[in-house]
Amino acid sequence: MPETSVFIQQFEVRGRDFANAGRASTAIKEILKEIGIPPAVVRRAAIAAYEAEMNVVLYARQGTVELQVSPAEVRLLVRDQGDGIPDIELAMQEGYSTASEEIREMGFGAGMGLPNIRKNADEFRIESVVGQGTELDIRIRL
Amino acid sequence: MTLEEIRRILNCEVLSGDEDLEQEVFAGCGADLMSDVLAFAKPGAVLLTGLTNVQAVRTADVADIKAIVFVRGKLPDRETVELARAKGIPLLATRMTMFEACGRLWVAGLRADIEPEHAQDAGNLRLHTTV
Repeated sequence: MPETSVFIQQFEVRGRDFANAGRASTAIKEILKEIGIPPAVVRRAAIAAYEAEMNVVLYARQGTVELQVSPAEVRLLVRDQGDGIPDIELAMQEGYSTASEEIREMGFGAGMGLPNIRKNADEFRIESVVGQGTELDIRIRL
Repeated sequence: MTLEEIRRILNCEVLSGDEDLEQEVFAGCGADLMSDVLAFAKPGAVLLTGLTNVQAVRTADVADIKAIVFVRGKLPDRETVELARAKGIPLLATRMTMFEACGRLWVAGLRADIEPEHAQDAGNLRLHTTV
């Protein structure tokens, strides 16, 4: 496979759609397994995708998770339309959360999502515009 | 430790995956916070949790959790059981509390983190203070 060839698939994620929350990430995991990505990378990508997808479901109006696979890396681009994050540095701290009681009852909102994503990524970039939305760029080397 | 041993030790009801109880788990994780499971659980572990919604199964699927034991007598809804069946993740339920269930499995030899190749060798347990 030439260096430029990239597999791309995009998944739509709807805010507050709890019944389907996690579907994109489990689909991404299946795809990565099928195309023969090493299990340890599959697991890291699936965990990062799932935390990012849950953030869209829990906090944003809607968003997309885009999977890109090249011979060099697995890349996840997660873009949402939502309130955005006013203080990214604070949001990256373990334990910091703005989650409601409803979110916590679902087992999320412990302030571990973004730190978990960073932990599983080789490169992680986050940009957010308050009142517009947030964009995550997660890269895991192969 | 096999799922059948866990079923016996925790006096579990089997909610799905009856046919898979001879599968072996290599570690245990007790958590109600799904991000903790994603951060700390080891692949091939059994998850003990009081969270009975569909996210417990999705989290298990994402984190390569082999089976789920619901504690404190809580039972999941039908949708959750169906998803677990589709994903091949056995579901068990015990009336014991989280503390009691984790304690009994620990006493029986299950740990938070065991390298699969060392699973048969009790002298080679590599322990970490995870969950």
